[in-house]
Amino acid sequence: MNATAESYTTEDGRTIGPVVMEMKNITLRFGGVEAIKDISFDIREGEIRAIIGPNGAGKSSMLNVISGFYVPQEGEVWYKGSRRPSMRPYQVAEQGIARTFQNIALFEGMSVLDNVMTGRLTHMNTGLFAQSFWKGKAEQEEIANREVAEKIIDFLEIQAIRKTPVSRLSYGLKKRVELARALAAEPSILLLDEPMAGMNVEEKEDMSRFILDVNDEFGTTIALIEHDMGVVMDLSDRVVVMDYGKKIGDGTPDDVRNNQDVIDAYLGVAHD
Amino acid sequence: MFYREAGDFNTSYAEDQQTFPIKFDRYRYYVVLFIAIFVVPFIINDYWANSFLLPFLIYAIAAIGLNILVGYCGQVSLGTGGFMAVGAYACYKLMTAMPDVSMFIHVLLAGLITAAVGVLFGLPSLRIKGFYLAVATLAAQFFLVWLFNRVPWFYNYSASGQINAPERDTFGILITGPNTEAWATYMFCLIFTIASALVARNLTRGSVGRKWMAIRDMDIAAEIIGVNPLRAKLTAFAVSSFFIGISGALFFSIYLGAVEVGEVFGITKSFLVLFMIIIGGLGSIFGSFAGAAFLVLLPVLLKIVGVDWLGWPTDIVAHLQLVIVGGLIVVFLIAEPHGLAQLWRVAKEKLRLWPFPH
Ligand SMILES: Nc1ncnc2c1ncn2[C@@H]1O[C@H](COP(=O)(O)OP(=O)(O)O)[C@@H](O)[C@H]1O
Ligand SMILES: [Mg+2]
Repeated sequence: MNATAESYTTEDGRTIGPVVMEMKNITLRFGGVEAIKDISFDIREGEIRAIIGPNGAGKSSMLNVISGFYVPQEGEVWYKGSRRPSMRPYQVAEQGIARTFQNIALFEGMSVLDNVMTGRLTHMNTGLFAQSFWKGKAEQEEIANREVAEKIIDFLEIQAIRKTPVSRLSYGLKKRVELARALAAEPSILLLDEPMAGMNVEEKEDMSRFILDVNDEFGTTIALIEHDMGVVMDLSDRVVVMDYGKKIGDGTPDDVRNNQDVIDAYLGVAHD
Repeated sequence: MFYREAGDFNTSYAEDQQTFPIKFDRYRYYVVLFIAIFVVPFIINDYWANSFLLPFLIYAIAAIGLNILVGYCGQVSLGTGGFMAVGAYACYKLMTAMPDVSMFIHVLLAGLITAAVGVLFGLPSLRIKGFYLAVATLAAQFFLVWLFNRVPWFYNYSASGQINAPERDTFGILITGPNTEAWATYMFCLIFTIASALVARNLTRGSVGRKWMAIRDMDIAAEIIGVNPLRAKLTAFAVSSFFIGISGALFFSIYLGAVEVGEVFGITKSFLVLFMIIIGGLGSIFGSFAGAAFLVLLPVLLKIVGVDWLGWPTDIVAHLQLVIVGGLIVVFLIAEPHGLAQLWRVAKEKLRLWPFPH
């Protein structure tokens, strides 16, 4: 499992591909605070990779580095075999990396459908001039992309609220719409920042099922942050554990569960 | 059930995406269009053209333009008067430099020139937002008026410092100067208004429109789903200024005929158009029309009712108008940010269910 190039097959028969993204010695500081300290890990194609750790461990900061929102002071991001230059977030999105946020970041003034359609924007490139006439290229592009968006909407079972303004939705549904928007981009890597935070048990079960289905049906590589150990153990192929900006564990859920540092961090053993 | 959509299903995405998905709305729209094109020109007179129809059509274009920037893209602007002035002076320079070219071309070119100027003044929007951007556009407003006042080249060194529209025709029909006919100027403006509304509608329902709205609603999330913020904002400034430039060109050449820049395109003009979209509805093409109609009609109606019928002094009526507009702005900003357009939607919703609301 340490070789980075080959694929392997999991116990439940899914094929996990070679490394698609690699973080090398990432260090991120905010003034005096070191949010991420010299962390390296990789993400393989087709896997569900979890990042866990207590509050303030630097998990969201790590996703923000991946999506180009924070620029680390040290370290390199490698994507699909080459070193990624410093990029703006919209350029990262164009490379096929989509995400959701810990605090929902939907477009409140728009309907569910329009929000999902914004996920298609990286696939739509009709010029301003053609769009002002609509008929022809603009309309064809709109319809083709609408079909993809509708597929995602069906998949996540939100057909009934398609035309509802998102500001009227419940918290749980908003989380689902945000997932729909990210999925609509048909990303190669999907980053989920605490997709189940604040949900009730039933909503959590739905969300877990959707995450597994996305991975299964579209083969999407998923990196997700989650608090709930139980959920992580069920969902993920491999887990990175962070604590106070440091990586304290990395491996299969079973490896991680039996790792003494991880147990200490989760049980709140005093740090030296 | 005055209003119904029962049995009116859209069976394809193309149908669902049309401007008026409900048949009833579509027919009403065609009727309005028919009247505007085939009835009004035959009954129009100078009074109605000058007191209502021309300013309504021209302001509607400006309101559509500003609404794209403010209502759809969320970038506040107080520079509308200045950008209308750019359109007006561009049109004037083109008319005098190339007397044989059609006015259609001049007005369109004036729009394009204003779009370029708008992009220039939109550049700071990448760095500054909200209040500070409003102040920056305010600076643009004052700078542009100052420029057109102070640089004689813009008014062809005329002694008065004003610009006057020379007589020009299109397809042999006179449309500028003192000897025009009401139907001709009306039709000329109507064509631009309809075209502007269609283009604005097409842009706002597609991917550009979603980029603008994404920036408006949450710029950070917009960037993370792949919207280039600078490009989205600058296209909004460009498209917005294009319409505002056209409206300035028409306002000068067709409607007024002569312009003293500080008087016509001052800061009050910026506020007037802003009030139109606040009252009409932010983020709504229909609202742009409603707001323009309301603020153009209000003084006319107040004058007819107050001065002509009730015999009140003119200045009282003028003050009353300010009070009404001010009050409405406050009410709409607090209670209904989506303006008359939203009230209309709500009314339709009620009518659709009437008389069985449950
Ligand atoms: N934009 C920021 N400015 C300053 N400090 C930040 C910023 N973002 C995160 N931090 C700090 O970095 C540390 C890690 O935060 P975060 O990545 O949100 O943790 P987690 O997601 O694991 O709970 C915290 O100490 C937090 O205060
Ligand atoms: Mg976090």
